[in-house]
Amino acid sequence: MSLLKLKGLSVTYRTEEGPLPAVRDVDLTLERGEVVGVAGESGCGKSTLASTVLRLQPSSATVSGQVLVDGEDVLTMRWGDLRALRWAGASIVFQGALHSLNAVRRVGQQIAEPIQLHEPSVGAAEVARRVGDLLEQVGLPASRAASYPHQLSGGQRQRVMIAMALACRPSLVIADEPTTALDVMVQAQVLDVLSGLVKELGVGMMLISHDLSVLADMSDRIAVMYGGRVVEQGPADQLFTDPLHPYTSALSASFPRIGDPAARYAPAGLAGDPPDPRELPPGCSFAPRCSLAIPDCTTAEPPLELKRPGRGVACIRVGESV
Amino acid sequence: MSDIRLEARDLAVEFTSRGGDVAVALDGADLTVKTGEIVALVGESGSGKTTLARALTGLQRPARGQVLLDGEPLGYTGKALKAFRRRVQMVLQDPAGALNPRHTVYDSVAEGLRLHGLSRHDPDGRSEEQQVADALSSAGLRPPERLFLRYPHELSGGQRQRVLIAGALALRPDLLIADEPVSSLDASIRGEILALLLRLRSELGLGVLVVTHDLGLAWNIADRTAVMYLGRIVEAGPTEEVLAAPQHPYTQALLSVVPEIERLEPVVLEGEVPDPTHIPSGCRFHPRCPALASGLAAAAGVEDDCHRVPLPVLPASEGHRSACHLVAAQKGTTRV
Repeated sequence: MSLLKLKGLSVTYRTEEGPLPAVRDVDLTLERGEVVGVAGESGCGKSTLASTVLRLQPSSATVSGQVLVDGEDVLTMRWGDLRALRWAGASIVFQGALHSLNAVRRVGQQIAEPIQLHEPSVGAAEVARRVGDLLEQVGLPASRAASYPHQLSGGQRQRVMIAMALACRPSLVIADEPTTALDVMVQAQVLDVLSGLVKELGVGMMLISHDLSVLADMSDRIAVMYGGRVVEQGPADQLFTDPLHPYTSALSASFPRIGDPAARYAPAGLAGDPPDPRELPPGCSFAPRCSLAIPDCTTAEPPLELKRPGRGVACIRVGESV
Repeated sequence: MSDIRLEARDLAVEFTSRGGDVAVALDGADLTVKTGEIVALVGESGSGKTTLARALTGLQRPARGQVLLDGEPLGYTGKALKAFRRRVQMVLQDPAGALNPRHTVYDSVAEGLRLHGLSRHDPDGRSEEQQVADALSSAGLRPPERLFLRYPHELSGGQRQRVLIAGALALRPDLLIADEPVSSLDASIRGEILALLLRLRSELGLGVLVVTHDLGLAWNIADRTAVMYLGRIVEAGPTEEVLAAPQHPYTQALLSVVPEIERLEPVVLEGEVPDPTHIPSGCRFHPRCPALASGLAAAAGVEDDCHRVPLPVLPASEGHRSACHLVAAQKGTTRV
């Protein structure tokens, strides 16, 4: 049984300007010890996807489809079971550690809180020992438990967030842009911590980022989202080095390989902006920005089809020449 | 047009905290940016790159050293600064925060013209409206009239960044200083803004200093790249050399962790850029230096120097240079 299985998941927000379909018909699976990357830009639905896995979506959202964690549907689960699942079964590392941590409590207390709530039988000394272990696991000295968030650097705060997510030994960790605000060296340190967790603890991780190069490095498989849908998915290295969907190609090219003469004085980009989910263009959402678009692209939304072994692509232009 | 040069000479900036500790955010920097060239200033948070950029626009008064425009030292009177800023314009990061939400695009772009008395006295006799339209067109917002009455919240991130650039261009400056111009933008928008900077250089002959933590951006557009660490430029030169054949162990480590497939063996440095109130002795990078830790420096006989002998400020020059005892020793041996 898969650790996580999304089946036909759709999430629509009610807004004053009308319904906003943030996630549309997404299928995804994640196994233990595996990292699945979800790539996309602002507004593509990737953060909505993350919060829906733990049923954390706001009340203005209508959800359809299934979110199966160990075969149990999170969306229809009883409240008590959901509460047990959060933290202990699955947890989220949010982006923006500065705003997610409580500024007036020591970080050790914040890491201890989920343990105290979920395992009330554990004594205070044991909780303190586990907090120390968790901090060491993410590369911080146990003495940091006594610090307040403002006494830590951005990278250290992000490590605290990861320690907190691990507090109740979940088997599924969702990391939503865990390194976005960090420098490249600190990003490398935090990514090292995350890959260590997958290797040593065997957790399954859904890693969400706009940076395809980070995902290519960290993930086993990647799903690329655009306009709320998965437009391409497949093995991480193939997807980055040999993208099939024109959007994946553009995303991959926007992170130049340093040393590549073709990228000198030639920044790659896409004209136009990502679509407003309330006003999705007809047919393929990417067509208005796509250099390969033909009239047929705007008539119907292309389904996600297997174009090569293990490579799903939602584009009618892919495969024509193969 | 002959080249106009903006120079930093031995520029240093200090901040004193309430406790009396002095943080040396910028500890002597020599850097030149000419019209028609793009220079990237790269480094991590706390490296002093933004402080150097702010000092170069006159926003930060230096504790030591000089800023020179065309050989003339910058004075810090209101009048001198105003004249200076007309020629050296800053483009801020975070376009969402840098634009006044209650100003229309037209007012945001015209503000600089009004402050500098150019609304009614354009050297070419253009009306204020024409100047605003020209600036928006130069920034790639066409047709400009359609955007005049829009507010920032009605624009996309990429458009907001272009409006900020247009506001700087309206004054027809010689040089732009852009602090992280694309870090808050989506990946697919990033390329368009970088292409705009390249176009402004070729069409208007602008010089651009781009401050960034993104080495890929430097590879994309910069003629020259300077790498900063803890208030100093530690390596500088033509971008092809600095990024494709880095000399300084810090630059090598930074490049090795840029996430990519088929890359160098990653050298993940421990810890973070130290606190600028306590700059390490000798080479300021020595406590984190992988070449020192691995014994390379000892083998070259410079280990003591790394611990004790401070390195001089790298002089501004066109060539590839780095501030490192080991590199100096290795160059010495190859020459013999």
